[in-house]
Amino acid sequence: MTWAAVLVLAAGTYAFRLAGPVLRERLHVSAAVQRLLMLGTVALLAALIATAAFTDGGGFAGWARPAGVAVGAAAALRRLPFVVVVIAAAGTTAGLRMAGVH
Amino acid sequence: MLRDAAALAVAVLMVGISFGALAVAAGIGAWQAVGMSLLVFAGGSQFLAVGVMASGGAAAAAVAGGLLLNARHLPFGLAVSDAIGRRWPARLAGAHILVDETVAFATAQPDPRRARLAFWTTGLLLFVAFNTGTVVGVLAGQAVGDPARYGVDAAFPAALLALLLPSLGSADARLVAVAGALLALLATPLLPPGLPVLVALAAVLVAGPVNRSGRWRRPPVDRQRP
Repeated sequence: MTWAAVLVLAAGTYAFRLAGPVLRERLHVSAAVQRLLMLGTVALLAALIATAAFTDGGGFAGWARPAGVAVGAAAALRRLPFVVVVIAAAGTTAGLRMAGVH
Repeated sequence: MLRDAAALAVAVLMVGISFGALAVAAGIGAWQAVGMSLLVFAGGSQFLAVGVMASGGAAAAAVAGGLLLNARHLPFGLAVSDAIGRRWPARLAGAHILVDETVAFATAQPDPRRARLAFWTTGLLLFVAFNTGTVVGVLAGQAVGDPARYGVDAAFPAALLALLLPSLGSADARLVAVAGALLALLATPLLPPGLPVLVALAAVLVAGPVNRSGRWRRPPVDRQRP
């Protein structure tokens, strides 16, 4: 990895991040568009959760990870504390892998 | 909120350690790994870039893949610009800590004041955690072993899901979330990393069409209040 590659990735990523707040100022955003933005964020986050839970490098991630995420999701739905959600998910997946399930 | 952010910071610290250890194992220079975490500060794209390089890929491919993966920050930035703030110093600094978790924390808050507090608190906390982790990981080298052993990869989707739940109050939002998740999963085997998540933006269409004047054909706004 050359420094040039690091810097280009950093600059490009920063540009993506700064573009949102800057463009938002220039655009007139109606209530309908604001609602679309909110729904867009929901769609992006849900997509991120689904791909991170089930896939790895374009293929299936194996059973241990989605099982852990499912246990974490169950904890979240029961309104258990955030810490419990995180630990339950990681603990389940780690436990399954230790037991030989991947 | 602070306790939730601290819980996530511990997970992010582990990711930082994994990244540092993995980068060094993959032959990336120690300073470059640390510099990458400081300047890029987007774990997914960093792992991707290092992975491409480690498997013999070109630097251009590593950068292009990382940028594609990070394109989602643009729509995220549009959505949380109020939480970041209007003034230029706030924007310039806030843009750098715009990551999935800060967006999720900010949008999970009930009012703008708390959204701003959540964005900045979690952003700074995660920045410190991730970079501290990277330094520790680089120093520890391969001592940590395979990060997957600790199930950290499962902690993230679960944490984001917990943060997304408060935004799923309306039927429209739930429909969009399910459609977005399915779209991204279906697109994953077909598209390069990063694109499936962006494709999921099309899920917004299931919430109802907009006409040219920007007005909704259905009256949806009041319906989303519980």
